[in-house]
Amino acid sequence: MNNVFKQAVWSEPLVFELDEEGKVGYLLPELEERILKTVGNVRIPEKILRKNKPNLPSLSEVEVVRHFTRLTQMSYGVDCGPVPLGSCTMKYNPKVALDVALDPRVTNIHPLQDPKTIQGLLEIMYLLQKWLALITGMDYCSLHPAAGAHGELAGVLIIRRYHEIKGQLGKKNEIIIPDSAHGTNPASVSMAGFKVVEIPSSRDGCVDLNALKEAVGEQTAGLMITNPNTLGLFERNILEIARILHEVDALLYYDGANLNGIMGYARPGDMGFDIAHINIHKTFGAPHGGGGPGAGPVCVKDRVVDPDKGVTLKDLLPGYVVEYNVETGLYELVKPKFSVGLLRSFFANTIPLIWGFVYILMLGSRGLREVSEYAVLNTNYFIKRIGGINGFSLEYGEESLRKHEVTVSARKLYEDTGVTAEDVAKGLLDRGLYAPTMYFPLIVKEALMFEFTETETKRNIDEYVEAMRSISKVAYENPQEPKKWPINTSVKRVDVVKANHPKFLAPSWRVYLRRRST
Amino acid sequence: MIKMPHPWIPNSSPKILKEMSSTLGISSVEELFNDIPPEIRLNKEFWDKLEIGFGKPISEVEAKRFIDKLLSKNRVFQPYVFLGGGVYVHYVPSIIKYIVTRGEFLTTYTPYQAEISQGLLQALFEYQSLMAELLDMDVVNASMYDGGSSLAEALLMSLRVNRGRGKVVLPRTINVMHREVVETYLKPHSVKIEYVNYDKETGLVDLEELKEKVDSNTAAVYVQNPNFLGLIETEAKAIGEIAHDKRSLFVVGVNPVTLGILSPPGELGADIAVAEGQPLGLEPSFGGPYLGVFAIRFDNELIKQMPGRLIGLTTDTDGRRAFAMILQTREQHIKREKATSNICTNEALAAISVAIYLSLLGREGVVELSRNIYYRAHYAYELLRRSGFNVELFKSDFFNEFPVNFDNYGVNYMVIHEKLLEKGIHGGLYIKPWFPELGETALFAFTEIHRADDIEFLVLTLREVVG
Repeated sequence: MNNVFKQAVWSEPLVFELDEEGKVGYLLPELEERILKTVGNVRIPEKILRKNKPNLPSLSEVEVVRHFTRLTQMSYGVDCGPVPLGSCTMKYNPKVALDVALDPRVTNIHPLQDPKTIQGLLEIMYLLQKWLALITGMDYCSLHPAAGAHGELAGVLIIRRYHEIKGQLGKKNEIIIPDSAHGTNPASVSMAGFKVVEIPSSRDGCVDLNALKEAVGEQTAGLMITNPNTLGLFERNILEIARILHEVDALLYYDGANLNGIMGYARPGDMGFDIAHINIHKTFGAPHGGGGPGAGPVCVKDRVVDPDKGVTLKDLLPGYVVEYNVETGLYELVKPKFSVGLLRSFFANTIPLIWGFVYILMLGSRGLREVSEYAVLNTNYFIKRIGGINGFSLEYGEESLRKHEVTVSARKLYEDTGVTAEDVAKGLLDRGLYAPTMYFPLIVKEALMFEFTETETKRNIDEYVEAMRSISKVAYENPQEPKKWPINTSVKRVDVVKANHPKFLAPSWRVYLRRRST
Repeated sequence: MIKMPHPWIPNSSPKILKEMSSTLGISSVEELFNDIPPEIRLNKEFWDKLEIGFGKPISEVEAKRFIDKLLSKNRVFQPYVFLGGGVYVHYVPSIIKYIVTRGEFLTTYTPYQAEISQGLLQALFEYQSLMAELLDMDVVNASMYDGGSSLAEALLMSLRVNRGRGKVVLPRTINVMHREVVETYLKPHSVKIEYVNYDKETGLVDLEELKEKVDSNTAAVYVQNPNFLGLIETEAKAIGEIAHDKRSLFVVGVNPVTLGILSPPGELGADIAVAEGQPLGLEPSFGGPYLGVFAIRFDNELIKQMPGRLIGLTTDTDGRRAFAMILQTREQHIKREKATSNICTNEALAAISVAIYLSLLGREGVVELSRNIYYRAHYAYELLRRSGFNVELFKSDFFNEFPVNFDNYGVNYMVIHEKLLEKGIHGGLYIKPWFPELGETALFAFTEIHRADDIEFLVLTLREVVG
C-alpha cells in the first residue's frame, strides 16, 4: 500500500462514565423573584410527579465538547473521502447550503406561524415544488414526506386512494416489484395494505416482460420500480412496461433513488410514470447525517381519477402543498382536497429541503445535466478500469452500458479463495476508503454496488481501483489475511453475532448494566 | 462538449475529461447515454430552456443575494412567539451546531460499516441510553421521523404484538395533528380507532368512558401527557391499569421537557413510549427535522416487533468495546415486506443533537429545565387571570401550555391575533377548528426563553387589544 490510513483511536468512555456529582454543563436563565412569588409552589398532584430523578450523567460543557469531537474523529463522511455506496448517491454537500440551513430566518420559524409572516420561506418551497416537477417531468409535487421510504409510502397510499375513489379497491390488491428492488419498496407496499408480487429480472438484468405480463391482471393496483435499476442498467422497455400496467388501470410508481443517473437526459414523467418520489438527501445534495434527516418529496402526473367530481391525482397528494393565490398575491399552505392525509405532523423536513433548494438554484438545468453526465462518466470509468482484476465480475449484461451505479460481483473471488464481499469491504476501509453497498441487490451473489457520484475525483477513483487490485492480490495469495481486516480503523472487526445474541443483547447502557449485575 | 468546469464536479476540468474519455474510447459523454431510447431521450434545447434555477450554474454571491431577498420576507418573532401545539420555541445550546455540522457526522452515512463508524455508533447508542433514562424505559430506537408518525408506528406495533385484536383506543385530546397521522397510517389495515372524550370539568380523559371502550379486542390504549390542551393527565397510571386489565398494550406519549418533574412513561407502567423530541434541542425550523422518540420496556416479544434502527454494545475481535447495528432482521433491508416498518433514513443527526443537549443538562439540569418552564407558564397564567382573561376553562393543572378563552370580547380570536401581530407578537394557536365547543379559544405556550418582562408585555398588549 502506498497511502497510509490510520483512523483515530480514542478509548472514549460513554457519557455515563464521565459522570461526576455537581458538574454543570449548561446554565438556564434564572427565574425572576416576582415569578417565584406569584406562582408559589408547584401544584401538581403527587401521583403524577416523578419519583426518581433521571439517571443522566453530569458533565461540564468542556467535557461534552471534547467527548463528541472525539467521536466525530472516529467517523467517516463524504467530507473525508469517497463513499461510493450504490443507490445512496453520497455526493458532496455544498457548504453554501449549510449557511442557509442555519439562517435564523429559517430555523426560528414555528410551523404553525401565520403564513402571512413567512412568505419568503413559502416562496422558496413553491419554487422547489416547481423545479422538482420540471426535473422529473411530473406535474405537481408535495414536499411533505421525510425520507425516501416515507415518499414511497405516500405514493402507494396515493395508488390506494386512486382505486378507492374509482370503487375498485376491492379487486385491486396487488403491487408488483422486481426482485432487484430496494427493501423499502416491498416494506412500503405492506404498510399500505397491499400484497407484494415479486417478478424475476431477466438474464439481461432488466424487468422480464414475459414475467410481467404473467403477473399483471385485474388484481394489479400498481408497479414500483426504479430506473436506472439497482444494477445500474436503464430499463429500455419502460414505455412498454407503462403500457402493460395502464392497460389494466394500474399506476406506475417511480422510486427516485437513482435519479442522479439521468437528469437532463430522461424524466420519469416522460417514461409513463404516474407517481414519483425524490430523495433530496441523495440527488439534491442534502447531507445524510448518519441516517437522516432527509426529505422524500412525492410528485404526480395530473392523471384523471374521477372526471365527474373533477378529481385528478394532484388532489391526492399528502400533507400540505404550497399554492400561490393570485387574488391575494400570497403563498398559502393547502391540504389537497382528497389527500391521503398527513404522514407526519407538520409541513415537511424544511432544513433538508432548503439544502435541495440551494443546490438546484446553484446549478440550474444545465448544471444538473452536467451532474448526471459526470456521475455516469465516473462510474463507467471505474467499470473500465476494474476490468481484468481477478475475482470481480459484472453479472447481468456484461456488455451493457451502466448509468451512475454498477453492481459488481465478488462471487468468483469467493469461490476461488473463500474471501467474501464483506472481507473486500473491510480491506477498503483499511485503505481509508469507505466500502460500497454490500449484498444488495439480492439477485447478485457477493454483491458490491458502487456509485461514485459526480463529486468524486479521478484520482480517488484510480486509487479505489488500485485498492481493489491489491485486495484481490492478497486474497489469491494469502486468503486468510483478509479475514483479519480491518486493522487500521478505530476498532477491529466487530462481533455482530455477539451483539445480537440474546445473552449479550445490550441496546442501552441501563440494559447492559442490569445484565452485568445479574 | 461540456464547457463548464464546476467546483462540485472535480473531473469537469477539460484535461481530466479528455483523459477519462480516452480511457473509455468515447469522444463525448453523451455517448454514455445511448442506452436511453430515443422516444424518451430529452432534447437538449428543451431541457436547457426549463426554468430550473437560473438555467445554469451561478456563483455563491448571486445565490446568496437571491436567497437573502426571499428570506427577508420572513418575520421572526422570538421571543414574542407563544405558539405550541406539539412544537415549542426553546433555546438550543450553542455547542450543538458546532458538533453536528462537523463533516464527519454531518456527511456520513448509516453506519453499515461499523468498524469505521464507531464514533457515530457510540453517539447514537448514547442517545438511546440517555433517552431511556429520561423516559425510564429500557430500549429506545435510533429515531423515527417525528412524534406523530412515532405514535402511528407504536399502534401498528401493538396490532402486530396483539395479533387478532382489531381496535385501538385514543383520547380525543391528543395532539390534533398526531390524530391525523394515526388515521393515515392505520387506514389500510381495517383497524377501529375509538376516541374517548374528556371530562368537561377537568379536561382530562373520561375514565368511565375509557373503561367501557377498552375490551378484549383492544390492542393498545394511548394517553398523551400533557394532553393537547396542555393539561396534566393525573390518572395516567390508572389508565395503564385499565389497559393491562384487558391485556392491551399501554402506550404513553410525553413532552420530554416535562420529565424533570412529571412521571416518565416507565413509572406509569408503559409498554411503549413515544414523544416528539423537538423541544429537547431542535429549532422549530418550520416543520422539521424533528425527532420521533420510540421506546419500549425490555421484553423479547416487544423488541422483535420494534420498528427503527437499534444500536447495541458489543466487542471487536481484540475484545475492545465496540458498537454495531443490532436486530437488523426486523428491518426492511432484510425482512422486506415482512419488516416491522419500511423506515430506512430516519432523524439520526437530530437524535445526536438531543444526546448532546441531555449530556449538557444532566440529571439536575433536566429537573431545572422542567421547573423553569413550569414557572414561566404559570406566571403567564396568573397575570392573565388577574387581568380578567378567562384561563380557568378546566380544573386541572397544566405544564407549559394552556387554553385562553376570548368569548367575552365578542370577536373572533383571529381579530385579536391580527392586532397582536401588529404589535410584534405572535399569539397562541387557535383551536376552535378542532374544539368548537370551546369557543374562541387559543393555546398559549411558554418556555425558558420567556422572561418575566416578555410575559408582562404579552399580557399588557392583550389587555390593550381587547380594549
